[in-house]
Amino acid sequence: MAASNVEEKRHEHTTNTKVIWRTFWILFAITALEFLVAFTLPHDYKVLRIAIFIAMTIVKAFYIVAEFMHLKHEVKTLAWSILIPMIFVVWLIIALLVEGGSVFQVRY
Amino acid sequence: MATTSAEVLQDTKKRSIWDGGQSPFKASYGKLMMWFFLLSDAFTFSALLISYGLVRYSHMSYSGSVENFTFSQEYWPIPEKVFEAVPFLHGVPLPLVFVGIMTFILIASSVTMVLAVEAGHRMDRKGVEKWLLWTLIGGITFLGCQAWEWSHFIHGTEAGGMLADGTIFTGANLQINQYGPPTFAAFFFFITGFHGTHVLSGVILNFVVFYNAVVGKYEERGHYEMVEKAGLYWHFVDLVWVFVFTFFYLV
Repeated sequence: MAASNVEEKRHEHTTNTKVIWRTFWILFAITALEFLVAFTLPHDYKVLRIAIFIAMTIVKAFYIVAEFMHLKHEVKTLAWSILIPMIFVVWLIIALLVEGGSVFQVRY
Repeated sequence: MATTSAEVLQDTKKRSIWDGGQSPFKASYGKLMMWFFLLSDAFTFSALLISYGLVRYSHMSYSGSVENFTFSQEYWPIPEKVFEAVPFLHGVPLPLVFVGIMTFILIASSVTMVLAVEAGHRMDRKGVEKWLLWTLIGGITFLGCQAWEWSHFIHGTEAGGMLADGTIFTGANLQINQYGPPTFAAFFFFITGFHGTHVLSGVILNFVVFYNAVVGKYEERGHYEMVEKAGLYWHFVDLVWVFVFTFFYLV
């Protein structure tokens, strides 16, 4: 009984650490890719560059929150009660960027 | 569902940390509150970064080729032209290399933190100590890098910048800034400074947890949940850096 318990724990341990290191390599690869884009894609493609950077940032954020912070494995209601309030951030982005555009119009 | 209210009451009396008899969301009080604190902290950082977006959007952006870029108060600088210094390699333009190293250090220290949490689940005291120590080293190294970067930013490059009346000055503070509009420097200080303060408090928190693990407090308690809670905070600091890196250094 005790022996099988230890065995089980050891098995759990290897799968857990495997997931952790996989997540690390994903984050590492995405960061490397960001650098590649920063230096190879010309600055003329401004919108494309920014879109790629933001997309990659969201992917990285997903892996950190879901795997490292373990939110993916928590109860769904907990995940949603953290994620839904983020809608205010989306609102603030839209509101303030529109505002910034207006300030620019007035200034120049 | 078949339990009567009397039974529930009985149950509550027996084991109640929360009055409902079991923790909502199947998470402990401390972990839940850490999540809600981090949510509020996420709002603070969002506000800072989005304000940066607003101010940047309301300034003229540099038009022209990247090779011919020069610093000017007239337009927002290209960040990779501002952050291109690396310690011990004076005068060698290496755009974003140093900040890349810092990013790598922080992500690596986040990994060692999850490994500490994982060791805690197995009640592996030695493992917790080892990985927490690595996390501490990572955090302190990151702070050291940030101190160097601040110092370089404040002192500036040899070429310096020119004020409207023709006087040359180097570096940046809250009034003048050789790299671009003064608000650029102000946001640099506020955003990376606020993040750095979080890293500092994370290091202190991790040290307290490390100390408690070493003296065997958690083993006595029977669980290493404190490592998990400190871990949540530490990952959040890493998460914020991912956003700061993108919106301050890359875009």
